[in-house]
Amino acid sequence: MLFGKIKNTFDKNRKHFQDGGKLKNLYPLFEALEAFFLTPENITKEGPHVRDSIDLKRFMSFVVIALLPTFFFGIYNAGYQSNLISGFSLDFWAAFSKGLVIVLPLVFVSYSVGFFWEILFASIRKHKISEGFLVTGLLFPLTLPPTIPLWQAALGISFGVVIGKEIFGGTGRNILNPALTGRAFLFFAYPAKMTGDSVWTVVYKLKDQSVDIVSGATPLAVSALAGINENIEVLLAQKGYSFSRLLTGTYPGSIGETSAMLCIAGAVFLMVAGIASYRIILGGILGVLSTGYLLNMVAGDSSAAWLSINPFYHLVMGGFAFGIAFMATDPVSAPGMENVKWVYGFAIGVLTVLIRVFNPAYSEGVMMAILFMNLFAPLLDYVEIKFRLKKRVPNV
Amino acid sequence: MKTTETKTLKVIFEPIWKNNPIMVQILGICSSLAVTVQLKTAIVMAIALTLVVAFSNLTVSVLRNAIPRNIRIIAELCIVATLVILADELLKAFMYDISKQLSVFVGLIITNCIVMGRAESFALANPPLLSFLDGLGNGIGYGSVLIAVAFIRELMGSGKLLGFDVVPQAFYLSGYENMGFMLLAPAAFIIIGLLVWLQRTLLNK
Repeated sequence: MLFGKIKNTFDKNRKHFQDGGKLKNLYPLFEALEAFFLTPENITKEGPHVRDSIDLKRFMSFVVIALLPTFFFGIYNAGYQSNLISGFSLDFWAAFSKGLVIVLPLVFVSYSVGFFWEILFASIRKHKISEGFLVTGLLFPLTLPPTIPLWQAALGISFGVVIGKEIFGGTGRNILNPALTGRAFLFFAYPAKMTGDSVWTVVYKLKDQSVDIVSGATPLAVSALAGINENIEVLLAQKGYSFSRLLTGTYPGSIGETSAMLCIAGAVFLMVAGIASYRIILGGILGVLSTGYLLNMVAGDSSAAWLSINPFYHLVMGGFAFGIAFMATDPVSAPGMENVKWVYGFAIGVLTVLIRVFNPAYSEGVMMAILFMNLFAPLLDYVEIKFRLKKRVPNV
Repeated sequence: MKTTETKTLKVIFEPIWKNNPIMVQILGICSSLAVTVQLKTAIVMAIALTLVVAFSNLTVSVLRNAIPRNIRIIAELCIVATLVILADELLKAFMYDISKQLSVFVGLIITNCIVMGRAESFALANPPLLSFLDGLGNGIGYGSVLIAVAFIRELMGSGKLLGFDVVPQAFYLSGYENMGFMLLAPAAFIIIGLLVWLQRTLLNK
């Protein structure tokens, strides 16, 4: 019944959007909405057929489903941290509703501004509106600190969509992950709003409060500041960042990145559903652990505290879990060949740890690591293709 | 007479828009990344390069029948180097602060592909006056892009133009911030890329 009505609405209005109609420039929008509600009518009529029930729309909606736990936890945590520091009620619903106030505007801005660019380019370039943006538009706000001004978020997503994706020809042709491109842009454009100790928690000051509230440093910032003879694990524990808390994620950080546990759950879901490549995710984890252990081995008495941290801490701190689960596995910017995905993931892990440990200026390495390896994805593909062709027995 | 007139005009105006050395030939990118953080340095650089290209073109063109073909690159380099040193000394004498900011980039005009390119491809084959105008046109084409990039970078990066604050204080109070990214060299890359995009779109219409 309902579907019949929806179908009727689309059929009735189709003529306005087709050639000669008044709104023919908006055809991509019409087409996207129709595909969103109904199964497309144009079916491949001749071979070859690939029989698979999954298409881009289903693919992307699976990623959105995998993101939801992280998303809701991010909302809760943003509210919880804010209430904790401003001295409001820590009750679940109080925290969650405060989180909604903080996070929903960001998500709204990200989607509306991003879709504006998407529709603009789709109308001018006559390509279809891609469902890929449903994921990008949700990933992007999750990588931001909760205090980011909305206009900066709008600028970031514009940069991500236009420079990161559309100038290369739209979804499927981008060499970099658009959400991360937007974040990297904000990171360099407005460093004061993307790094530092004060950006991770929204503070609501009451009028009669004269004392400045100092919000907490993130675990990565605590670790980066550790002295030579200090033990980071002890230092973190003193600040209240025990391993289990780092795993569950009730600590200040970017909105979606804090809960390693839920990121892992999302990653497992994506791997089981066959959406994300387990090679990339496992490769990344292996990369972090092996680099961590290697650094443990070379660490001496006078070396930096970062070198001797238990490698598992690298997995749960900061955005690594989020990045490797949702950003690195982006099928467009990751390599397409199966074996080099191990190399790709492994290199992301190695680079993340190296940037964290040896470059105190960027306390979060995973963004740079993924963008850097995005650039190498075509080369990795090329190497594997060459290698396979070499092994092939000549057909003569 | 008519034909020479149009040719002269073409020689001047083509490099400014249709055959712009930066946007079409992608030459001289190095200096356009380095000196465009501020409008002031960009303008001085644009003037210096315009004069150097124009006079090197003129000189090379005057000597074009006297220069032996085999050693023409060396001869051109000598002419360009002389002019660049002249420009550098003049800057040091009269605009010491700016010459400090421009640092090696005035000296590096010698290696700027535009100068050598115009001498090789135009001045060696054309009469002096036309070569001089071609040099002027290319210099202005290069300079205009340089100034456009510097305008955007200084305005967005530090909220100033030519050193004066132009973004009203009220903006900052309501939450506006300068874009630190614009002060980094990659910003010039992106702006030049966007300008190329704009130019291609307008040209292909």
